[in-house]
Amino acid sequence: MAAELHVELVAADRSVWSGEATLVVARTTSGDIGVMPGHQPLLGVLESGPVTIRTSDGGTVVAAVHGGFISFADNKLSLLAEIAELSDEIDVQRAERALERAKSDADAFAERRADVRLRAVAAR
Amino acid sequence: MGAQLRVYKRRIKSVTATKKITKAMEMIAASRVVKAQRKVAASTPYATELTRAVTAVGTGSNTQHPLTTEAETATRSAVLLLTSDRGLAGAFNSNAIKAAEQLTARLEAEGKEIDVYIVGRRGLAHYNFRERKVMESWSGFTDEPTYADAKKVAVPLIEAIEKDTADGGVDELHIVYTEFVSMMTQTAVDSRLLPLSLDEVAEEQSSKDEILPLYDFEPSAEDVLDALLPRYVESRIYNALLQSAASKHAATRRAMKSATDNAGDLITSLSRLANAARQAEITQEISEIVGGSAALADATAGSDR
Repeated sequence: MAAELHVELVAADRSVWSGEATLVVARTTSGDIGVMPGHQPLLGVLESGPVTIRTSDGGTVVAAVHGGFISFADNKLSLLAEIAELSDEIDVQRAERALERAKSDADAFAERRADVRLRAVAAR
Repeated sequence: MGAQLRVYKRRIKSVTATKKITKAMEMIAASRVVKAQRKVAASTPYATELTRAVTAVGTGSNTQHPLTTEAETATRSAVLLLTSDRGLAGAFNSNAIKAAEQLTARLEAEGKEIDVYIVGRRGLAHYNFRERKVMESWSGFTDEPTYADAKKVAVPLIEAIEKDTADGGVDELHIVYTEFVSMMTQTAVDSRLLPLSLDEVAEEQSSKDEILPLYDFEPSAEDVLDALLPRYVESRIYNALLQSAASKHAATRRAMKSATDNAGDLITSLSRLANAARQAEITQEISEIVGGSAALADATAGSDR
């Protein structure tokens, strides 16, 4: 059996996803980082972007994460985000509309949020 | 129907209507408490993970940060008071306000100036009525606070603490809120949120946890702490808001329950009075009839003679 790590993806107001995984790829402020079982203890600041979790049964979970932290110790990985959504939960049309609106309002934050959502859906 | 009986009947009707309303409010509050408690529980994983991370940075590096450095002589403190928007919750708001007043008095005795920040219309009304200065206030979300609301509250507070005291910043941040102990017990508590004493957080953590590993910080310990501490403050404020909301609903439930009980008692005693009034009316009518017929009989007997 391949080595596994336990992943907890939690948003401020709920626990979004938890389970076993073999690889987690997330974007920190200094670049993309991939965490596999047995990684050295790590604490990093996340950029908003899609997070890819390769589950131990071969599936892939993608989530849009807006800011937050990644911490890994003792084969337990925690992804903390103020807002986190699984790609299945994202309403593509709504995100597209939000992107249009953000572009017309020149709201950089909203544009980035909508963009991250759409990229998470695309990576699914 | 006699005048007195009519008055009683009218009062019984009005009290019955009030009782129905308070009963409904009691049941609504009861369902909201459960919902609010669930929200507190849902926010716990984030809070615990965040505390772990803060502890990790605090113990793993000797980083200095404005949010953790204690001023040598604190001259100004901010007090954040959490109340509700609506009343009908027994002593909920007055307890929270009283706790804030006590804290303010204590801090003033230590020679500090106080900046007051208020959440909830009730607390704001209390301060406005006494014409005291309020730095900033928020309302409209106390029944169901979201994380975005907590963020909104946290932003000016963090700004104030990062500013120099000479330029109108503050050295400390205290928070006064109502802790949800159980369905029956809610206590107004005050705690110092900032400057955060990392040792205290670490102690709290280590008492129930294993030794923390030596983390590798990405990009650096300072940057992580920079990003982490505001989030930690937000999460603490969020937790306080949620607890305060749960407490408010529990207090409303209790207040409405006793209002319903009192209305029931009032209806019972009013019905007794109404019954007595009706009985007195009947008795009077009978005695009038008897008296009348006796007088008539006497008169007829007299004319026969």
